[in-house]
Amino acid sequence: MKRQPVSLSEFLIERAIQVFGISAIVLVALIFFFLIREGVPAFFEVPLSSLFGARWYPIEDYFGLWPLILGSLIITLGAAILSLPLGLATAIFIAEIAPTWVRDILKPFVEVLAGIPSVVIGFIGMLVFAPALRVALNLPTGLTAFSGILLLAWMALPTIVSVAEDVLDSVPTTYRDAGLALGMTRWQVIWRIVLPAGRSGVLTALMLGVGRAIGETMTVMMVTGNAPRLPLTPADLFMPARTMTATIAAEMGEVAQGSPHYHVLFAVGLTLFVITFVVNMAAAMVVFRQVKRGERMLS
Amino acid sequence: MLSRQTSQRIAFIVISLSALIVVAPILFIVGYIVVQGVGAISWEFLTGFPYNGMKSGGVWPAIVGTLWLTLGTAVVAVPVGVGAAIYLSEYAGDNQLTRAIRIAIINLAGIPSVVYGLFGLGLFVIFLNFGTSILAGSLTLGIMTLPVIISTAEEALRAVPQSFRLVSVSLGGTRWETIRRVVLPQALPGIITGIILGLERAAGETAPILFTVAAFFLPRLPHSIFDQTMALPYHLFVISTQVPGMPVRIQYGTALVLMFFVLSMNVLATLIRRHYRRQRVW
Repeated sequence: MKRQPVSLSEFLIERAIQVFGISAIVLVALIFFFLIREGVPAFFEVPLSSLFGARWYPIEDYFGLWPLILGSLIITLGAAILSLPLGLATAIFIAEIAPTWVRDILKPFVEVLAGIPSVVIGFIGMLVFAPALRVALNLPTGLTAFSGILLLAWMALPTIVSVAEDVLDSVPTTYRDAGLALGMTRWQVIWRIVLPAGRSGVLTALMLGVGRAIGETMTVMMVTGNAPRLPLTPADLFMPARTMTATIAAEMGEVAQGSPHYHVLFAVGLTLFVITFVVNMAAAMVVFRQVKRGERMLS
Repeated sequence: MLSRQTSQRIAFIVISLSALIVVAPILFIVGYIVVQGVGAISWEFLTGFPYNGMKSGGVWPAIVGTLWLTLGTAVVAVPVGVGAAIYLSEYAGDNQLTRAIRIAIINLAGIPSVVYGLFGLGLFVIFLNFGTSILAGSLTLGIMTLPVIISTAEEALRAVPQSFRLVSVSLGGTRWETIRRVVLPQALPGIITGIILGLERAAGETAPILFTVAAFFLPRLPHSIFDQTMALPYHLFVISTQVPGMPVRIQYGTALVLMFFVLSMNVLATLIRRHYRRQRVW
């Protein structure tokens, strides 16, 4: 398959394909570069004591990032904690338990969930879900960190379900057969053989789910009330909160280009980029290591 | 200690209930928006401009804008995405460069959509001076869509059996001839499915277009790719958070139009995939 191209057009097409091939690397570098270019000046224009303060109030030059970082953190972690068991259970249901016809109905449904625009979920969250939650928990407002956690947990499910499903599928049938032949029940096979064998894949699913949740913008902006307060006690879960993503989305439209506020918002974006980069790299490492181990087993 | 059968029964019930918790809200949301929104849908709503501070009228300019942006996204993302997929599946060796490309794709897929918005603002709107325009928005959405298209297209290309390529090469085909006449036609349904799923995501996104293209309200349709435009997701955001006293009926109607637009692409992709999977001979 190593024959040389015969014509000029073919030569050009193959060069173009190579260029497209490395485009992903170029784009990640470009994104990183522009976030640095616009974001790093913030660290020179705004005193560090302000950036690491506890107050986000840009009109009076308070650019404390803690409320935003902690807001993103509790909402993301809360969503991940709820989402992982649910997603795993759904994946087990689809891959191991459900009869074929149920599976054929369920899988497109989960895909539909992945397809509903986040602004639509935010809209329903604002109009239906948050008011219901307010009444049910007797809160002053339904627009709280907790509402964001519940909706995000649900929205991260398609990612977790589909990755977890792939993992379960990749566990060799012979493992299961061996378990069943020894007289284990189907549940024992799932719990003691399939899940342990797919452990690292489940970790990948969790990390990709976290990556999905921390970057979600519109839904969070619409249902969490957007008050930049420091969430320090468990009761703060049921108060409004503000995430990094929502802050960028809500404020970037109104700032003057090149102002400190503008640069700080880019710095927040840079922080998000670095966090998702690390999370996704970690997930990728797990996947690559798994492939290597698989190759070793085969050879 | 529970008997093995009892513990299996309990586990299966818990798992089935979890699956129900996942699925039931999907039915509820889709159903609720259809029920609440269908009353707003009329010819005037679909083809009219908003007026009276957007509290009356229709969503026509937002529909047109979303069509423009979806088309623009396709123009940007399809050639690059499919090209990159061909490179990865047919040309790339097992080396450091390929590994770096794969890591870059995983990272592109993980970057938050609002960060794409920032990037689009920094590069296209300001640095390249495109202004807030369909061009800047399409480029931003296109780059965001790339990883989806690359990974699905690569999967489709890899699914074509190696023997097909060998036959073509043994008949004297060059590598590109083999790709163009043998591999691509076989992989086309899978690639198209991936493209539609990518565009579906782009069409529903709000955060990347916030600062790159979206207009709060425009009394006319865009004339060129250098114009701003309204778009359905941003319009829904605006009328549900920024306009006090907005009639709920119009909000639900807009949500219904957006959801219909996006989910019909989803259904189309599923149908194409099913149709060709049945026809496939290998």
